[in-house]
Amino acid sequence: MLLNVENLNVVIPTQGGPLHAVQDVSFNVSKGETLCIVGESGCGKSVTALSLLGLLPKSATRSASRMTFDGKDMITMSDKQIRALRGDRLSMIFQEPMTALNPLHTLGRQLTDVYMAHRRGDRKEARERAVYLLERVGIARAAERLGQYPHELSGGLRQRVVIAMALMCEPELIVADEPTTALDVTIQAELLRLLAELQKSMGLGMIMITHDLGLVSRIADRVVVMYAGQVIENAPAKELFENPKHPYTRALLGSVPNPSHPRMQPLPSIPGTVPSLVQKMEGCHFRDRCELASEECRVSIPLLEVGTEHAARCIKAEPETSVARSAVP
Amino acid sequence: MSEDSILSLANVTHDFKRRRALTGPSPLIRAVEDVSFDVRKGDILGIVGESGSGKTTLAKIMLGLLPPTQGEVLLDGTPIAKMPRKRIAERIQFIFQDPYSSLNPRQSVGQIVAYPLYLRGQENAAERDKKARELLDIVGLSSRFFDAYPSQMSGGQRQRVAIARALITRPDLLICDEPTSALDVSVQSQVLNLLLELREEFGLTYVMISHNMAVIQHMTTHVAVMFLGRIVEMDTSEKVFQTPQHPYTQLLLSSTLSVEQGAGVPDLNVDADARRAMRDHPSYVTQRV
Repeated sequence: MLLNVENLNVVIPTQGGPLHAVQDVSFNVSKGETLCIVGESGCGKSVTALSLLGLLPKSATRSASRMTFDGKDMITMSDKQIRALRGDRLSMIFQEPMTALNPLHTLGRQLTDVYMAHRRGDRKEARERAVYLLERVGIARAAERLGQYPHELSGGLRQRVVIAMALMCEPELIVADEPTTALDVTIQAELLRLLAELQKSMGLGMIMITHDLGLVSRIADRVVVMYAGQVIENAPAKELFENPKHPYTRALLGSVPNPSHPRMQPLPSIPGTVPSLVQKMEGCHFRDRCELASEECRVSIPLLEVGTEHAARCIKAEPETSVARSAVP
Repeated sequence: MSEDSILSLANVTHDFKRRRALTGPSPLIRAVEDVSFDVRKGDILGIVGESGSGKTTLAKIMLGLLPPTQGEVLLDGTPIAKMPRKRIAERIQFIFQDPYSSLNPRQSVGQIVAYPLYLRGQENAAERDKKARELLDIVGLSSRFFDAYPSQMSGGQRQRVAIARALITRPDLLICDEPTSALDVSVQSQVLNLLLELREEFGLTYVMISHNMAVIQHMTTHVAVMFLGRIVEMDTSEKVFQTPQHPYTQLLLSSTLSVEQGAGVPDLNVDADARRAMRDHPSYVTQRV
C-alpha cells in the first residue's frame, strides 16, 4: 500500500461559517495503480488532492484518523518533512501548465531546480536528467528547449514539460489534478497515453482528479466518486461502469451525451443543484435531487459494502445477491 | 445562396495583423480562409476544430462584430456590412462560453435580461419587466431570480440568464460559442435540453461551436470541421460522424474519449508528417442542394 487515507476531513473557514469541503474521505493507492477521483465542481476532489500534498490554504484545518505514505505517518509530519517529500517521492501535475511554470525562468532552470532541491547532484547531472525526461515525454531537440521560456511553447508542450518536471526525482506517486482539461482532444489523448505508458514503465501510483467520465473509463483501475464533500461510491473501474450502485453515479453516467442516446432528444439530467457545504448536512447529501429519496435518507448514511471491494453511501443500493452476480456474463 | 437560408457566408477570409518588428511590414495571420456556407432556417450547425483553428473568429464575423478581410456575409440576402448594428442584433444573438464573465455583476438578473429591449427602445419599463419575467419563466428560472444578482447563482442558472437575454428580442439565429463547456455534466444536459426545447418553441436556428464531439453529435443537424482556418469537411452530422472523410475529422473522432470502460486511450501517432498531410489534404465540403 503506497498511500492510505482514512477519514480525511478538511474545514475551510468562510464568512458564512465553516465550510466542510471534505468529509470522512477514505481511499488507498497501491504501486502501479491509477485511482480516479471523479465528481462535479465543488465536490471536494481538488481540496482532497491539495491536502495530500500539504498545499491547503493556511486557514484550512485538516484532520484524519490515518494518512500514511509508504508507511510514514503524514498527519504528524512537519512542513519541512512534507516539503522534502513533495516533488521528490510525491509529485503533482496541475491543470493549467501556464500557471504551473514560472514565466521568468527558463525550462532548464525550472527542471533542474526540482532535482537539485532534493538530490545532492550538480547542475550538469540535473540537466542530463532533464534532457532524458523531455525526450521521454516526446519533446524533440530537448537540449535546445532547456534554454526556452514557457511562453515560447504551446499548451500541449508546456504540459509535457510539467509532466517531465513531476518525474525529475523518480516519484512513487503522482497526483494529477485535471491535467488535460485545458488542452485540445487530440493532445489530450496523446498526453494520457504518455502518462499511462510512463506509469506502467516506472511502476508509479497515480491519483487522477477529473470530472470527465470518458477519461476515467479509459484509464482508471479504481474509481472514487465524490459528491458534496463525501465519497459516495468507491469501486474497481470495471465494476463501477458496469454496475454503478449509487443513484448519483448512475445519474451522472446517464447525463453524459453519447451516441447511443437518440439524437436531438432530451438527455437525462439531474434536477436541482449541489447543496451548500457551509452548514454541515445531516443524512444523504444527494437526497434533494434523488428520485429514490425517502424519510429514511435523513439520517447519516455510512459507506455500505455492496459488492466485492465495492462500497456505496446509499441505503437503497442493495448488495447484490450471488444469483444476480452469476447472471452477469 | 438558397431560398431559406438565414445567413450565408461567401468566400470569407480574415487576416489578423501581427505586431510588426521594429521595421518592415507587419506579418499577417490568416485566421479564416475562404469559408463559404449557408445556415438555413431550423438548422443546428456545429463548428468543431482545435483551438486556434478559427472557430471564434468565424463566429465574430457571423455576428458582424468583425468585418472579414475578403468575402461577404449575407443576412436574408443583405450584406451585413451595410446593416446597422441594431438590426443585426434583432436577428442574431449570441451565447458566450463563460457565464461567469458574460453577465454584468452589478446588474440584477431582471436588468440584464431586459437590457436588449431597453436598447431597442420600443417598450416602456413595465412592459420590459413583464417580458423579462416571461423569458425567465421560459428558461426555467423562477421569478424570484428577477431581483437576484449573478453572484448569487450557479453556473447553470447563469447560463439560463444568458439564454433569456439572447432570446428576449426574439431573434432567429443564436450563435452559441461553447455554451456548456464551463458547466458540469449534469448541468450541461439541462442546458442542452433547454436549447432543444427553445428551438421547437421559437423556431430557432443555431450555430454551435464546441470542442466536445459528443455534444456536437447529439445536438446538430450539420457539422463543419475547421482546421488551420479552413473548413476541411462539412456535411450532415450523420455522415460526418459515421463516415468521416478528411484525415483531420478522423483524428478528431478517434481522439474523443467516450465512456467506454476498458477501451484504453487511443494511439493517435500524429507526427509532423501526419500534420503536414492533413494540411495538404483536399477538403470535403458537401454543398447542399
